Amino acid sequence: MNAIDRASSVMGAKSGTKQNLDVADNQVTVGSCFTDAPKMTMRNVNVYYDDKQAIQNVSVDIAKNEVIAMIGPSGCGKSTFLRSLNRMNDTVESCRVEGEICMDGENLYAPKLDVVELRARVGMVFQKPNPFPKSIYDNVAYGPKIHGLADTRVDLDEIVENSLRKASLWEEVKERLHQSGTGLSGGQQQRLCIARAIAVSPEVILMDEPCSALDPIATAKIEELIEELSQNFTIAIVTHSMQQAARVSHRTAYFHLGRLIEVNPTEQVFTMPEHELTEAYITGRFG
Amino acid sequence: MDKMTFENHYMKQFDEELEEIRTRLMEMGGKVEQQLQNAIRAIGEADSQLAEEVIKEEQLVDNMEVDIDEACILIIARRQPAASDLRLVMMVTKAVNDLERIGDEAKKIANHALILAGEGGTSKGYTEVRHLGQSVMSMLSNALDAFARFDVDAAMRTIEEDKQIDQEYKTALRELATYMMEDPRSISRVINILWVVRSLERIGDHAKNLCEQIVFVVNGKDIRHQK
Repeated sequence: MNAIDRASSVMGAKSGTKQNLDVADNQVTVGSCFTDAPKMTMRNVNVYYDDKQAIQNVSVDIAKNEVIAMIGPSGCGKSTFLRSLNRMNDTVESCRVEGEICMDGENLYAPKLDVVELRARVGMVFQKPNPFPKSIYDNVAYGPKIHGLADTRVDLDEIVENSLRKASLWEEVKERLHQSGTGLSGGQQQRLCIARAIAVSPEVILMDEPCSALDPIATAKIEELIEELSQNFTIAIVTHSMQQAARVSHRTAYFHLGRLIEVNPTEQVFTMPEHELTEAYITGRFG
Repeated sequence: MDKMTFENHYMKQFDEELEEIRTRLMEMGGKVEQQLQNAIRAIGEADSQLAEEVIKEEQLVDNMEVDIDEACILIIARRQPAASDLRLVMMVTKAVNDLERIGDEAKKIANHALILAGEGGTSKGYTEVRHLGQSVMSMLSNALDAFARFDVDAAMRTIEEDKQIDQEYKTALRELATYMMEDPRSISRVINILWVVRSLERIGDHAKNLCEQIVFVVNGKDIRHQK
């Protein structure tokens, strides 16, 4: 066979044991969904907006101090799923959540559960930085105040400083703590929001595309921050940037049309994904 | 994925770039194959002209290596390939290295062909070269075929051929040692043959590397250095 024949010959190799393209109704998530010491456990979670089912039978664990990235095309349900982890969907009239979502074994959808307290334990950072129109100090101090975490002014000062330090913002704002938070740059505002989230000592931090409104340098700072935060917190991040998922997460979860297709260690997902839908998505192909 | 295809990217240009490095690697493989064939023929037929041609064309193979590597670096920089795309690009950068080394060995063989043709004399050892040469040619050809089809089974079979080649290499060494002991005047000549045989054996190793890379592209498994 000469070079040209070879080059034009048909490629027909079976590649490993890739799953079939069809997403059957009883689709089981492939990969390693479950962990030995989970911080959060989700079992058979279904989420509906009125009649429309946005999340179908998702079961997955999030391990303590893990960074789990959720990726998938627009409308795949990853944000909906993330928001159901601290009951943010409660505010959406038409939204209904079924199944079991537990943190440390405690059902987060139990009727008696205090939702305000829950959102302190499971903090959230949004796509667009949304600092309160207050001073930098007050932005961070607000949560600890309403949750009664500080008895004295000194305590509060300490919480504010520590939170800003953990969010890698302290050095940049320590001289102007009483200026407005909205006067900061976009990246600084986002780190302020992270400081605000961690000021109430959450156990889990949810991030919904935290860098999509930021430039690459601000993004790099947030990503470095995520790495540091994972030593103290459990983090779930939704991102449209696959490179970001590859850079910051330990495990990556791929959502497709409301189903969780695959969860695997990030290094595996980006070199040898198990499911062909994952492969198609991360290589930028139509599946 | 049922088949290894490098198509259907939303970015059509990306399809073309991957296809391009694949095609160029095949061209380079074809060129190297031809170099090896000519080098072996140059020995058997004492064809100095053919040997010179092989030596001259080695530069072409070197240029191909540099060009393909550059194309791979560009793809990594511009497309950030992942999964099978990433494996293909990494495979190609390694494979061009192996092919270039095969080209080097073919050039060495051609150099010895020149010396041998210049000295004239007996054709002792030519049988060994022809024998081993055929096995190595066939292995290289099988490796390139396996790459063209991303055929893991064929690649695994081809890897096995290397054992046969190592065996033939050892046999050839023993025979060459015997020739030298039988006729000490032939030593310098047989040493040239010995280098040729050594180069052929090395080419077998590079062909084996190619096959291991094919397994990596298709299955994502690194099977290098496994006993």
